[in-house]
Amino acid sequence: MQKTIITVVGKDTVGIIARVCTYLASNNINILDISQTIVDGFFNMMMITDTEGCSKDLAKLRHELHQVGQEIGVNIHIQHEEIFEMMHRI
Amino acid sequence: MITRFEVDETNKMIRQENLDVRTITLGISLLDCISDDLEKLKENIRTKICAKAERLVETGREIEGLYGIPIVNKRISVTPIALVGGAACRTPDDFAEIAVVLDECAKTVGVNFIGGYSALVSKSMTPADEMLIRSIPKALASTERVCSSVNVGSTKTGINMDAVMLIGQIIKEAAWETREHDSMACAKFVVFCNAPDDNPFMAGAFHGVTEGDTVINVGVSGPGVVKAALEHCRDANFEVLCETIKKTAFKITRVGQLVAQEASKKLGVPFGIVDLSLAPTPAVGDSVADILKEIGLEHPGAPGTTAALALLNDQVKKGGVMASSYVGGLSGAFIPVSEDQGMIEAVLTGALTLEKLEAMTCVCSVGLDMIAIPGDTSAATISGIIADEMAIGMINQKTTAVRLIPAIGKDVGDSVEFGGLLGHAPIMPVNKFSCERFVGRGGRIPAPVHSFKN
Repeated sequence: MQKTIITVVGKDTVGIIARVCTYLASNNINILDISQTIVDGFFNMMMITDTEGCSKDLAKLRHELHQVGQEIGVNIHIQHEEIFEMMHRI
Repeated sequence: MITRFEVDETNKMIRQENLDVRTITLGISLLDCISDDLEKLKENIRTKICAKAERLVETGREIEGLYGIPIVNKRISVTPIALVGGAACRTPDDFAEIAVVLDECAKTVGVNFIGGYSALVSKSMTPADEMLIRSIPKALASTERVCSSVNVGSTKTGINMDAVMLIGQIIKEAAWETREHDSMACAKFVVFCNAPDDNPFMAGAFHGVTEGDTVINVGVSGPGVVKAALEHCRDANFEVLCETIKKTAFKITRVGQLVAQEASKKLGVPFGIVDLSLAPTPAVGDSVADILKEIGLEHPGAPGTTAALALLNDQVKKGGVMASSYVGGLSGAFIPVSEDQGMIEAVLTGALTLEKLEAMTCVCSVGLDMIAIPGDTSAATISGIIADEMAIGMINQKTTAVRLIPAIGKDVGDSVEFGGLLGHAPIMPVNKFSCERFVGRGGRIPAPVHSFKN
């Protein structure tokens, strides 16, 4: 398993989750956990995903997710889970 | 499982508070390049650096992509060139040729600085050491990315005052050589007492002789993150204040540790140390001075500054040491003037003087850093300032350093502009009284006793 964290932040609109999940499904990326909220009209979502089965590397995914984000007007980032584990777990 | 709060906290540090990995520095030993033929030596150096550092910049970028954290600089440090070039170089100009080769290597592999145009002369100078020191003005004026350092003292050996006196003149010469560019060469030269072998930060990085063939050292930063954390405990007592700094330093250093491990794995080079320094940049919100203000000072330089800096430095170390098993380099808070917007403001408002900066260097890493002084300051006065700073390091068993820029043609009220990470600096006034007879005595200040500490 290769755990990655995807964060989506931006102005709320219809179909953000659908658009992101469609992209992930078409790239064989499994979603392990989703947490999402809306504060003052701003959409904030975090996904924990498994990119083990995906044939693209993280640089490629980052680039494509950035484009998906631009199309729907939100910022999408993908990072390896390790940076969060290192910082917040002893 | 990682929570959204934790992810948000990390990403806020990176995207809003300027958390970054300041540098991945690849240390390369050049001892096996030594030859008595200068051309052969230059060829050996070129071949070794270009082979070992071929993938450094690319690897840095890969790691940035993997974790989403900026790695601002990728750099190289090499064995002090006085040791490497001693057999081949007959004149200072021969040494300057090696500097040009280092500069070419840096450009070929794409690093922004290469450190190690250095000599270690804490007790005495060999002819090669002296030739290298004399070549520094030409070497720095004729190259772009080469950084130079000289270690002139240590707690174990005392202070080599002959070298201190010589370096006062060398700094003046280097300033003159680059007078068209605000005496820029001096920004790439630093004088040390107790120089560490594994410092990843420029201009003082060199690959110590006790190190292996190659090593990865990482310097983390993040003054903005510490400042942001302290905004939440404005009215808290010292216990809460210190606890907050410590926890933040821990988190910052963990990122450095992760990046160091990953770089080491990807490059197949052993991991050396994480240097957990708070290193400011001229960018807004990336300032150590701002932390001091957040602790409760109107400006750095106000009474209480030394105490505030002492506690900051100590808490950074306490948090960082827990986060990485191999902490080294300089590790503490840097207080350069030109590279920190808050320090520049403090100088401009008259809150911060050279004398107060000197006091501050007693409790933090590293020393009088990136300070522009009038161009007509005498070589003896510069040597005197260096001697003072070296004495602080020698007596307190800590690293101290001096990076002064006597800006030719400029005086108090003017400023110098270096651009980029080196920033800009107002010219600071220097005490006008002479120390010529003191620094001109020649010889060495003996090592201090290590007992009767008061």
